[in-house]
Amino acid sequence: MDTKLFRLAFLLMASQLLAICASAQIYMTKTGQTSFFSETPLENISAVNQQVAVLLSSASGEIAVRMQHTAFRFPNKLMQEHYNENYMETAKYPAASFTGKFSEHIDYGKDGTYPVSAEGVLDIHGVKQKRVLKGQLQIDHGQCILTCEFDVRLSDHNIQVPTLVIAKIAESISIKNKFVLTPKKNS
Amino acid sequence: MRKTTSALIFSLITSVAVAQTDLMKELEQADDSTVHYAAATFKGTRIINGHSVETVGKNNMDFIISHRFGAINSGAGNFFGLDESQIRLALEYGLTDRLMVGLGRSSYQKTIDVFVKYRLLRQSSGLRNMPVSVTLFASDAHNSSTSTPDLPFYTITQRQTYTFQALIARKFNEKLSLQLTPTVMHRNLAEKPLDANNVYALGVGGRYKLTKRTSFNAEYWYTPKTIGGTTQRDPQYTNTLSLGFDIETGGHVFQLHLTNSRGMIEKQFLGQTTGKWSNGDIFYGFNVARTFSFDKSKKRSNSNGY
Repeated sequence: MDTKLFRLAFLLMASQLLAICASAQIYMTKTGQTSFFSETPLENISAVNQQVAVLLSSASGEIAVRMQHTAFRFPNKLMQEHYNENYMETAKYPAASFTGKFSEHIDYGKDGTYPVSAEGVLDIHGVKQKRVLKGQLQIDHGQCILTCEFDVRLSDHNIQVPTLVIAKIAESISIKNKFVLTPKKNS
Repeated sequence: MRKTTSALIFSLITSVAVAQTDLMKELEQADDSTVHYAAATFKGTRIINGHSVETVGKNNMDFIISHRFGAINSGAGNFFGLDESQIRLALEYGLTDRLMVGLGRSSYQKTIDVFVKYRLLRQSSGLRNMPVSVTLFASDAHNSSTSTPDLPFYTITQRQTYTFQALIARKFNEKLSLQLTPTVMHRNLAEKPLDANNVYALGVGGRYKLTKRTSFNAEYWYTPKTIGGTTQRDPQYTNTLSLGFDIETGGHVFQLHLTNSRGMIEKQFLGQTTGKWSNGDIFYGFNVARTFSFDKSKKRSNSNGY
């Protein structure tokens, strides 16, 4: 009796673990690319960050994105300095992040391109905003390539622009993301 | 039976633990595996008269206009010093993000100066911990004024003064940065009988940010009267104390200050400061730095300067 019950429990546990291993694949990257672009008649400003960290859980559809502001590269060192010192206040708020969950169910085992939307929280400059971000997820031989474009209004995140340069910085900044995610080993 | 229970509990715990894997926590933990460099220890390449650890960025050029007006105690007839001024104009260029060169001309003694500055160490935290930034500085100042009986020059070599500095700074927090600047200066011609050819000095400077774009700066250059029994400077010359404000707007840095030195380069503010704060020999002055970018990708975005 005892052994039978034990066997049953063991089987249950094993099957549970197997199920978790099969479905709970974590995809990740540390070299995701995020760029932003500010366009005004006076001046265009762009910067790119190639060290964006992303984790995606295929089981739950949860996604987490995090980037350091200091990793954004500008064509001009002075701009980079002002971005961190004056606008993003990097010492206080070192990173921007997004945590969300895909609303679509994706079959990660099947190659193809799927439109996705993720509902979650966008945290920039210490101000959290509920956002639904739309993008595309391409499954290619076990790799997930996630692309996404969206706009961020500076006023939504309490990013202040002095009147002297207000004509040089757009009110709404367009942001482009490309993350190539690979299965995380020994997770 | 106990085994069974424990196995069941264990199986439950594993599933719960996996479900709760906090993806963001995992990403946050990875922060320590990158190097965080301290940026903008100072707003400009000068604290006031002396250099700061900062250098001009790659392919950027600073045009610096510096003025020191006459002494505030020179009376209403001289409009409290504003009637006259000493000027230095300079072009300073960043060859890389760590190496820069500069060329300037001061109206005082018609002096042309060239310098090179290299960022040796950058203050950082995270993966690599470096408590201070260190920048090396070397300059040559060429006195191009006409040879006179008071100050005769027989060779070009005599006109040169060399300065070597190690600029050591730490950004303690967002607001406070301090810098120590050990300095050796060699002048080929000692202009006064009591002047030594070699002068050893120590600069102490710092800034305290008042707002995001303004800071209060102070700087003191200490030159011991004697080193190893040798007098360093003619007693008429004094140590330089300067107080000022930095105001930054986009590509400009305005530095407004009060100082007892009218010289704006090392040779002059270390060895030829005659003013005394206690006598009211205070000079109002400013440095205006305008940065121009010569980056190709910058041109594509259709703008010059920032």
